[in-house]
Amino acid sequence: MPEHFSNEAASLANIEKSFGGGPDSMVHVLKGSTLAARMGEMLLLIGPSGCGKTTLLSILCGTLKPDSGQVILFGRRLQEMKDSEITKYRGQNIGFVFQQFNLIPTLTLAENVAVPLLINGTSTRNAERIACEALARVGLGDRTRTKPGKLSGGQQQRVAIARALVHSPRLIVCDEPTSALDKETGAHIMDFLREIANDDQRAVIIVTHDPRIYKYADRIAEMEDGRILQETTGRTAIAEKYLSVPH
Amino acid sequence: MYRLALRMLFGDHGKYLMLICGLTFASLLMIQQSGVFCGLMSWTFASIENMRAPIWVTDAKLDQVNDNKPLRDTDALRVRSVDGVAWSAPLFQSNLQARQIDGTFKQIQLVGIDATTFAGAPTVMLEGNIEDLRLPNTVIVDDFGRDRLAEGLPLRDGEKKSRVRLGDIFELNDHEARVVGICKSVRSFMGAPYVFTTYDRALQYAPPQRKMMSFVLAAPVAGQDPAEVARRIERETGLKAFTEPEFKKSTIWWYVKNTGIPVSFGTTVVLGIIVGMAIAGQTFYTFVLENLKHLGALKAMGTSNLKLCGMLMLQSLSVGVIGFGLGALLTSGFAYVSMIKQQPPFYLPWQVPLGVFVIVLFICMFAALLGIIKVARLDPAIVFRA
Repeated sequence: MPEHFSNEAASLANIEKSFGGGPDSMVHVLKGSTLAARMGEMLLLIGPSGCGKTTLLSILCGTLKPDSGQVILFGRRLQEMKDSEITKYRGQNIGFVFQQFNLIPTLTLAENVAVPLLINGTSTRNAERIACEALARVGLGDRTRTKPGKLSGGQQQRVAIARALVHSPRLIVCDEPTSALDKETGAHIMDFLREIANDDQRAVIIVTHDPRIYKYADRIAEMEDGRILQETTGRTAIAEKYLSVPH
Repeated sequence: MYRLALRMLFGDHGKYLMLICGLTFASLLMIQQSGVFCGLMSWTFASIENMRAPIWVTDAKLDQVNDNKPLRDTDALRVRSVDGVAWSAPLFQSNLQARQIDGTFKQIQLVGIDATTFAGAPTVMLEGNIEDLRLPNTVIVDDFGRDRLAEGLPLRDGEKKSRVRLGDIFELNDHEARVVGICKSVRSFMGAPYVFTTYDRALQYAPPQRKMMSFVLAAPVAGQDPAEVARRIERETGLKAFTEPEFKKSTIWWYVKNTGIPVSFGTTVVLGIIVGMAIAGQTFYTFVLENLKHLGALKAMGTSNLKLCGMLMLQSLSVGVIGFGLGALLTSGFAYVSMIKQQPPFYLPWQVPLGVFVIVLFICMFAALLGIIKVARLDPAIVFRA
């Protein structure tokens, strides 16, 4: 294991989560899931639909509270923090890349990318300047005044990545980042995300169904029925396990 | 973030225009209808405005200036004898039919003023001299009557429509009435033009009754409070005495209590509020629903509930201010036209736009509240659901 992998970004221990009102309608989604994400590592969370991946990701980000278990994000236990503190902490430490990009259509790319900086109190002028730099980094420096609707899916996802990185968060959380993209564009996005994880020394967690991107992972955690079934670490092991057989 | 909130709203042209239109329409409806109501109410005391006197003395049972419960002629002298009264003069006021030169009849408001003091005479003469009223069979008509009483008169000197001129004649109760002056006046609630003449001549024009004097106009001695003198007149004569503001207020209240006018206009204003609330509330709620995913993303990215609520409130209040502004502007256009045409009645005291502004802000806060409830309950994890 590379040395930087020991640097833990987030950890979830014995997480349980149920949805529904009464005993008859109660759905037990997470049944004691345990997972850790490390700095400089790209972690893929995979599994069939309904196995609890998104719920686990939401709990890790502090957007959802577990029924039991422990969530630690950069050394702080989320259960001991107030909701407002969690919201602020999340804004400072996590960058999000959503499946549907979630760019605000009426804002320009620079304004969209500037949002996390504005949330964290940066002045509008500085935020837009930094946002333009972030857009340049994802190859869209000449489109800062464009509206998202005029971009292709791949370009929109690059904008979403710029938005996720603009405030230099330590953890990047991606929800199905390639599911709306073609193979080639998806590959570009994954190359970029891996660069962010390995070169920038950030933790990147990706929830995905897409087997085409397994090869980019430093570690793959496989979920089924609310539990982490197994974890595979190292590119070689991943290649042997996931890339030699068709999925 | 607040700037972005406005950009989000302004960028959604359809919703933005719908919100602006709804609030503009609601503001217009509320300000314009309130203005017409106030204008109509101001017409009810037009006689008080047209016949200025600090104190009006009436029959003990009279509540408003358009009512007629005649007094005895000697009552003017009784009022004059009250301590603190500087002068008093009789005033006649009644509706009469004026027979025009072509034989048609028009309703007029005949006012007879004291020929010696001219107490109650029009304050602004557009043409002619008030003193000419002392000539035989003479009257002064107001600017409204100049057009209204012109039927049958020929077009003269390139006139586009015929108008009453000095020297023109019409009949009042088979008596000649010769116009010697045109004055400016406030339109009466009944819609009849004012025709001024002397008190004695008015008694000749009007059908005889046992008592003829409509009011006694009076003024306090310099330095005395008109209200105090009015109370003294009441105590000593048994008549009712109003100061000018008291009489206006009493007249308005009589119409408020005894006619369906306030209910009618009030219904329209309430409709304006309901329409505004329905359009603004529904449109803004739809705007919030359509942006729920983005609001969820903002929440996930670390925007607090308080800030999101502030953003929604700002969006809502900004369209409220713009909508109110446009509504007020349109009302100004309406007011301008009604000023030129002298109808419909329109009077806008500053309290009306202020009150409507507060109502519009309330509507906006109501609309924002619908969105705020939704956003406050919004689970930021929504963004992870495809």
